[in-house]
Amino acid sequence: MIRRGGELTSQGLGWAHGDGVDSEIVVSTRVRLARNLQGYPFPLRASEEDRARVLETVRSALGSITTTPDIDVWEIDDLDERQRDLLTERRIASRELVGPGRGDQSHAALALWSDDSIGVMVNEEDHLRIQSITGGFDPEETWRTVDRLDERMGELLAFAFHHEYGFLTACPTNVGTGLRASVLVHLPGLVLTKEIRKVLEGIGQVGLTYRGLYGEGSEVVGNLFQISNQTTLGKQEEELVGHLTRVVAKVIDYERSARAVMLREAPSVLEDKVWRAYGILRHAHSLSTEEMMNLSSAVRLGLSLKLLKMPRVQTLNEILIFGQAGHLAYAAGGSLGESEADAARSAYVRTRLEADEE
Amino acid sequence: MECQDCGQRDAKLQVTTIIDGEMLTLDLCSECAAERGAPTTPPAPLADFLAQLGPEPPGTGVLSEPCPYCGITEGEFRQTGRLGCPQCYAHFEPQLRGLLRRLHGSPQHVGKLYMSAGSEAGDEIARLSAMRRRLKRAVETEDFELAAELRDRIHEAESAE
Ligand SMILES: [Zn+2]
Ligand SMILES: [Zn+2]
Repeated sequence: MIRRGGELTSQGLGWAHGDGVDSEIVVSTRVRLARNLQGYPFPLRASEEDRARVLETVRSALGSITTTPDIDVWEIDDLDERQRDLLTERRIASRELVGPGRGDQSHAALALWSDDSIGVMVNEEDHLRIQSITGGFDPEETWRTVDRLDERMGELLAFAFHHEYGFLTACPTNVGTGLRASVLVHLPGLVLTKEIRKVLEGIGQVGLTYRGLYGEGSEVVGNLFQISNQTTLGKQEEELVGHLTRVVAKVIDYERSARAVMLREAPSVLEDKVWRAYGILRHAHSLSTEEMMNLSSAVRLGLSLKLLKMPRVQTLNEILIFGQAGHLAYAAGGSLGESEADAARSAYVRTRLEADEE
Repeated sequence: MECQDCGQRDAKLQVTTIIDGEMLTLDLCSECAAERGAPTTPPAPLADFLAQLGPEPPGTGVLSEPCPYCGITEGEFRQTGRLGCPQCYAHFEPQLRGLLRRLHGSPQHVGKLYMSAGSEAGDEIARLSAMRRRLKRAVETEDFELAAELRDRIHEAESAE
């Protein structure tokens, strides 16, 4: 059944459970397919009426899919800025979907299966972005989840497809398979041992690309990197996913060796650093986003090296979500200034860490 | 501000790192930031792509007509990197073919085949063979759920003939 998306509670946190494959290094795996409908301009070029029609067409297709879990649909135009932030901070909607700059007639929407297994962004840059996010490292299964929904949607809708160029997309960088698979990896070992540059260069040389977690330019925050396929045309979906899987598996191996080296050569320095980070997170009364991310990176490393027994990885993942500006403002029921947000963030983090100590 | 590593060049970047167990944010020049492993210029597909596009078409410098379906001009496309509608791919084909080859290494889709619902009778055969191909791949990748679904659909389509 299709429901009108209400207040966001636990939806969109499915990837944050922290017990997926290789979850001591890999935070999550995401696969998305870009699809467009025949007969309509792409959303950014379409008239408001066309975008409204696209949304209705997709909604009725979703309605005729028989799924066990319900599907929540949020129309972005109905959401205030804070609610939009919740969607992007949970990583279930893109900045492009929610704006800013989309106006209030975007007819953009997010459809999310209530078990968090899969979702569809409507009227983003393309008419449909079918996407699934899984906790841990599992590109193959995540791809299959997306592939199955694509098959069903493809029967209900008329996708724009070209015999030579495949699935047509607004940006030619997505054409063909329309597939982007990405893995969010935590690489403190490679950063600390200064191996990261070589590894990232290597990634670029084998047709993959990378960026920081929230894509804010050149600053490395929290040692989190998102690695994804760069090309979408001229290879089968399984090849693209398989290639990414093999390369990321290598990166995971490198990260494991780097951690082993550090643990062997500087165990006390490492232990001190991890505990200091934990101490600050656990007791500070003001934390910037960046501090929170960097400190929780050290704690995450400490957990995987068994230097710490708590908190849980899930707690760290949720801190990265609920400790962001939008979630803090939402919880406070109003907008927060920078120092208020830093105080609210530290209070939230303290509470979560304290709960895990018990 | 001067770079905290070399003390010579101007600091251009903030890099968060861990030195001797201390979590530090350093102001660094791009050379020293790279030395510390910071990705100073992360490869951005769209930026690369726009750089490849360039402001002007190669050769004659003559822009093609706007797309008759959505009205987008070649100049707008080059500016934004976004096409306006599915028909743009046919309309701007001469410009796109080489570009797609440069971007992706190949201009030919070899992934999933697609036949939209309500296709002509001739397409129905192609649709069936596409489904059979998908079924074979589903079995190969041991995706038995999809395989079972496809088997049912192929059976349905065959008995409808
Ligand atoms: Zn320097
Ligand atoms: Zn067009």
